[in-house]
Amino acid sequence: MATQSLLQERASRLNWREALPTIFAILYVLIVFSLLRSLNRADLWFPTYSSILFPLFVFSPFIIFALKIPFALRAVLIAIIGLVLMPILGMQDSFYLELITQIAIFAAMAIGLNVVVGFAGLLDLGYVAFFAVGAYLWGIFTSNANTIVRISGAQAAPELFWLFLFLGVIAAAITGILLGLPVLRLRGDYLAIVTLGFGEIIRILVSNLSNISSNRRNPINITNGAQGLPGILSPPLPDFMFQAVESLTNSLGLPVNNVRAFTYQLFYYGLVLIVCALSALIAARLDNSPIGRAWTAIREDEVAAQAMGVPKVKMKLLAFALGASFAGAMGVIFAARNTFVSPESFSFIQSIFILAVVIVGGMGSIRGAIFGAAIVTLLNLQVLKNFSLQINALRNIDWVVPIIDFPIRNWPQQLEPARYERLVFGLLLIVMMIFRPSGLLPAKRRQLELQGERAERISEKELTADVAEIRPEDLLSAPAAIGEAKEAKAANAADIAEDLPADQPPTPGEGLPDEPKEKP
Amino acid sequence: MTAVPNLASALSRSRLLNGAAEWFLQYFLKPIGQILLFAVIAGSSISLLALAVGFVLQTDWHGIDILRVPARINLFEQVVRQLPNMLLDGITIGFVYAVIALGYTMVYGVLKFINFAHSEIFMMGAVVGYEVMIRLRDGQLLSELPPLVVIILMIGAAMLVCGAAAVVVERVAYKPLRGAPRLVPLISAIGVSFFLTDFVRAFQALNRNIFNMPYPTDLVPFFGARINIAEGLSTTNTTLIIIISAIIMLVGLNYFVNATKIGKAIRAVSQDQATASLMGINVNLMITITFMVGGALGGAAGVLYGLKTTNVTPYIGFIPGLKAFTAAVLGGIGNITGAVLGGLLLGMLEAFFSALLPYFPALGLGYSDIFAFAVLILVLLFRPTGLLGKKVDEKV
Amino acid sequence: MRLDSSPESIISQRVQEETHMRMFKLFAVVAVLALIGQVFAAAPVSAQDKVIKIASQSPLSGGQSLLGTAIRNGAELAIMQLGKQVEELGFKLEFVPFDDQATPDVGVANAQNIVNDAAILAVIGHLNSGVALPSSEIYNRENLVMISPANTNVRITDRGYPTVNRVCGRDDAQGAAGADYAVKELKIKTAFVLHDKTAYGEGVATFFAQALEEAGVEVVGFEGTTETANFDAVITPILAQQPDLVYFGGIYNQAAVFFRQAREKGVKSKFMGPDGMDSSDLVKIGGEAVVGMIYTTTAGPASLYPAAAQFVEDYKKQFGASPEAYAAEAYAATQIVINALVKAIKENKGEMPTRAQVAAAVRATEDFETVIGKISFDANGDPKVATYYILEVASADPEKWGENPLITSVQAPSPLTAKEMMDKEKMDEEKKDK
Repeated sequence: MATQSLLQERASRLNWREALPTIFAILYVLIVFSLLRSLNRADLWFPTYSSILFPLFVFSPFIIFALKIPFALRAVLIAIIGLVLMPILGMQDSFYLELITQIAIFAAMAIGLNVVVGFAGLLDLGYVAFFAVGAYLWGIFTSNANTIVRISGAQAAPELFWLFLFLGVIAAAITGILLGLPVLRLRGDYLAIVTLGFGEIIRILVSNLSNISSNRRNPINITNGAQGLPGILSPPLPDFMFQAVESLTNSLGLPVNNVRAFTYQLFYYGLVLIVCALSALIAARLDNSPIGRAWTAIREDEVAAQAMGVPKVKMKLLAFALGASFAGAMGVIFAARNTFVSPESFSFIQSIFILAVVIVGGMGSIRGAIFGAAIVTLLNLQVLKNFSLQINALRNIDWVVPIIDFPIRNWPQQLEPARYERLVFGLLLIVMMIFRPSGLLPAKRRQLELQGERAERISEKELTADVAEIRPEDLLSAPAAIGEAKEAKAANAADIAEDLPADQPPTPGEGLPDEPKEKP
Repeated sequence: MTAVPNLASALSRSRLLNGAAEWFLQYFLKPIGQILLFAVIAGSSISLLALAVGFVLQTDWHGIDILRVPARINLFEQVVRQLPNMLLDGITIGFVYAVIALGYTMVYGVLKFINFAHSEIFMMGAVVGYEVMIRLRDGQLLSELPPLVVIILMIGAAMLVCGAAAVVVERVAYKPLRGAPRLVPLISAIGVSFFLTDFVRAFQALNRNIFNMPYPTDLVPFFGARINIAEGLSTTNTTLIIIISAIIMLVGLNYFVNATKIGKAIRAVSQDQATASLMGINVNLMITITFMVGGALGGAAGVLYGLKTTNVTPYIGFIPGLKAFTAAVLGGIGNITGAVLGGLLLGMLEAFFSALLPYFPALGLGYSDIFAFAVLILVLLFRPTGLLGKKVDEKV
Repeated sequence: MRLDSSPESIISQRVQEETHMRMFKLFAVVAVLALIGQVFAAAPVSAQDKVIKIASQSPLSGGQSLLGTAIRNGAELAIMQLGKQVEELGFKLEFVPFDDQATPDVGVANAQNIVNDAAILAVIGHLNSGVALPSSEIYNRENLVMISPANTNVRITDRGYPTVNRVCGRDDAQGAAGADYAVKELKIKTAFVLHDKTAYGEGVATFFAQALEEAGVEVVGFEGTTETANFDAVITPILAQQPDLVYFGGIYNQAAVFFRQAREKGVKSKFMGPDGMDSSDLVKIGGEAVVGMIYTTTAGPASLYPAAAQFVEDYKKQFGASPEAYAAEAYAATQIVINALVKAIKENKGEMPTRAQVAAAVRATEDFETVIGKISFDANGDPKVATYYILEVASADPEKWGENPLITSVQAPSPLTAKEMMDKEKMDEEKKDK
């Protein structure tokens, strides 16, 4: 393969110019990490510092991933960040561990939704229902609420967690097929509204299945209704893990309050990372497989795809089932980790949040889904909340904003940033759609489509970016049917690009590191 | 319905009145007749359904526990007793849904996209109605002015503000996205919906430091005055105001769309944008007008909903918006008549389910929304284009 | 390189240079940030080393914010007024309010954040039992003490956690007290019981309905609804059955809308509700419809407590509004916390006490004089004796909410205390027998 030899050649010719970005990136990680380590919760400006530094730290794997160095090296560096630096931060302040776990949960769900929306083009506005299926499956069987399961003594032993993780995948996939079957005929907006209705039905069901008997005194309680299921169990961990964590934290000089709780936090962190990585792997492999190309074909033109012999029914159901299964697995983990589930965790808003993750990251892009999950979760759980905490801390010391002489005490309580997450998300979605509809880390194929359709309005700058993104091997590897269309677009773009002054530098993307140019 | 042609023929005898009569018949009597016909169809079919269900389920169904009714209740008798109230509730909320649904259906007809932010425009209408009422109260005018003037002021202000808001939303969030894939404006609309909710919340928090916005209808005795329609069936003036204003708006819209030049242009744009623009129609202007009219209707519906529920919060938009959208899909989205039929049917269905469910202890009221969505899904499965929608051929 | 001469590789080389530049910029930004951070971080840290924080969790936004803000303000006022007791021992006492949005999810997420701030030694909260139940699991895991000013659900303390306490009464007693009044004084024969499907609402409604049924009253309907705007569905069956009493187990923002619509639609029954109704917003939303409504509460009107007059005055001065229900309770809970902190610091010889020490000191509270009277905790964290008040809404003017007349009040011991008393009586009898 030409690419292979090219890569080897590059690797052997590591001169200082090529090594520079890598050195910068490593320095970046180390500086951000040590700054985070030096933070003290008692510090007045802690909320601001941590909500600047922690996102910078979370972005570091993406920066590493964008480096032009061998894949193995990148993997090692990312593994060091994820498996060494992150747990150390967690020992210092387990809220970081909490955040990163939430990010991974959202990321896995976003990858699942990406399969349905991004790959197959089926807009699902009730995706959180599959998450609910997983969460309630484990919740009903281990909660300490007076459900029928508990009364009849059919509770699951916590050891069965792994089995239920598997069952959660199956149950969610079956639910996905059950949803998919009747809506096969629908498309576009109708599909969106039916999936929305389906999501709401699931939510209404779980919040009402607390009594299905005609005798109020003797209720048959399945889901404990709107009150939610408390006291959900976690799988037992072997004793040596607790001991290992304890000795590890002590030897690092970062003793934790509650070793048991911290070990579980670490365990769930590892677990969601694994599930997230698996989902990403599966989705990535599928995207480049005949199945992925069939999905793309259905997304682009259903009728034409069918005419070309793509099994529409099978492919659509597969997309639904697969997308759902990721959410099912995460649901089981979420229930166990949170020890509490309630129908409110599965409202329409949550579906929209996951959709926002996919959109912000870039539809059809797996890296994008993870990146989007990081941004949306951090914004929601850390940045906005810390902003409020910061204002409160400043209020406590009667701080006055310098230069404009504004006493922070006069900042109206009604305007605390933590209360306006929807406002921020609304603006984020609108701005993204207007200025970067392909997302922050778009899938290459998607980006071309979106820019192609708006070709007449594209600025010259964006066009040159287009040219930079298209490489011959891309065009060759793309499926023939789409490849042709893309070639036409690319040719069109190239034509216009030729008219541009030659010295204008190409500008790939904005703000964030762009695609790595070589595939590993 | 035979009365209408008779009246028409009587009128047409006078040659002088001929043109006016034609006009009156076409744009006034016919739509009102159609709306009433829809109401009668929806009402009678639901009544029949309710009576049938009541009759069938009144016997104790041994073995099927969830269908068991408490022994002391005679289900059939209960159904008969609450049927009139049920129909009245259904019609009232149905008309509100219908007016909201028009906003969805008009935008869909022209741009082929779900304007998710319409539910928030509707909520803004309810908030504007509150502001007007509170300002009148603070100026000691609320109990002085005739109630009809109050209503007209409220609805007028809401229509103005919401019409303008809808146009601004279109300009800022949708217009830059024309020609993008269909998902893009839909997501932008969801963004607008989120933004508007919190924007109104922040505005009212700073403005008055409140979240709940109860309409001070207590100060106008006219709103609460009861009208006895029949034995055991009485209603308030508010209900009548809702029904009558909704009918006026529906007839007005019908006139606007079918009898004016702009309406014709809008219809042309909805059929084929490119051709319409070749015919000299300013497509962008027509789209703006569509948003304005839809937004104004949404705002008016907001005031009506506020009058009905008496308390408004920044979060009230979502559920009625969803139901109204369901109604629009039920009737066939893009079809104005369909939206009215869908709204009335959905309102009736909801009243029907919620009137029956409490008698089944194993089910309970919580499930009433499930049925609304279940009906929607069923209709879409068997008639994907809705009840009155036309089958559209695939463009290949 | 083979491709070097082709335009694509020139472009890709340019892209690479671009990337270098951007990397460099990013690096520069981080470096500058780091420098700024070091400069800022250096100054204030040392001065604030010995800070103790008290957190509050209650809904500060949304429909129930009036009560939630009352809890926040009550706690803040206590810290402002009594913080010097802790400061004299060399610690700075700070207040951190959190907004749980009356949603369990948000409450739990906040709790995760709270337990990670080592300076936070106590939590005052929540308003909603449905939020308090899952959140307190997390506090308890980290030995963080919580005192609830408002959570009446029985499960809050029945779990027997050493860290969970409350200064208000319990729903089993509240429901029974309400039902007792409804049967004996209102002489009702039929009742329709509604609830909001939260842990709090469903809990208290269930106790109320059970007590009614035991007294021979027919409960013609028992329904849960999460509807907040259009109550047609609930009102239709009530209209068809015209019960003597309609009870709503829930919070005012939902109940007031329901009561108003019910009256407008011609429901003539008497209305009744639990302590979630105790807010001036009830009449602001409900208007004339709720005048004459009966509500039970565990937070008596401030005028009942001799020590509360000063509190009401200070509260008005500080926040520009009369205290809503639970403001005094939150103040009292904070008083208990501060008292326990002082004790724990002294026991710890002036060092920062651990969370467990503070929790133990709170639980040991015995006959402590607060703004709402003397409080002692039993082994489960319930106040040993709680008073349940029955009040009537007198006026549709929200300003006059504080003047609602007290009809009657009942004192009831907590279950543990009742058991102790019974055991003691038994022992006494046995002794006498001997």
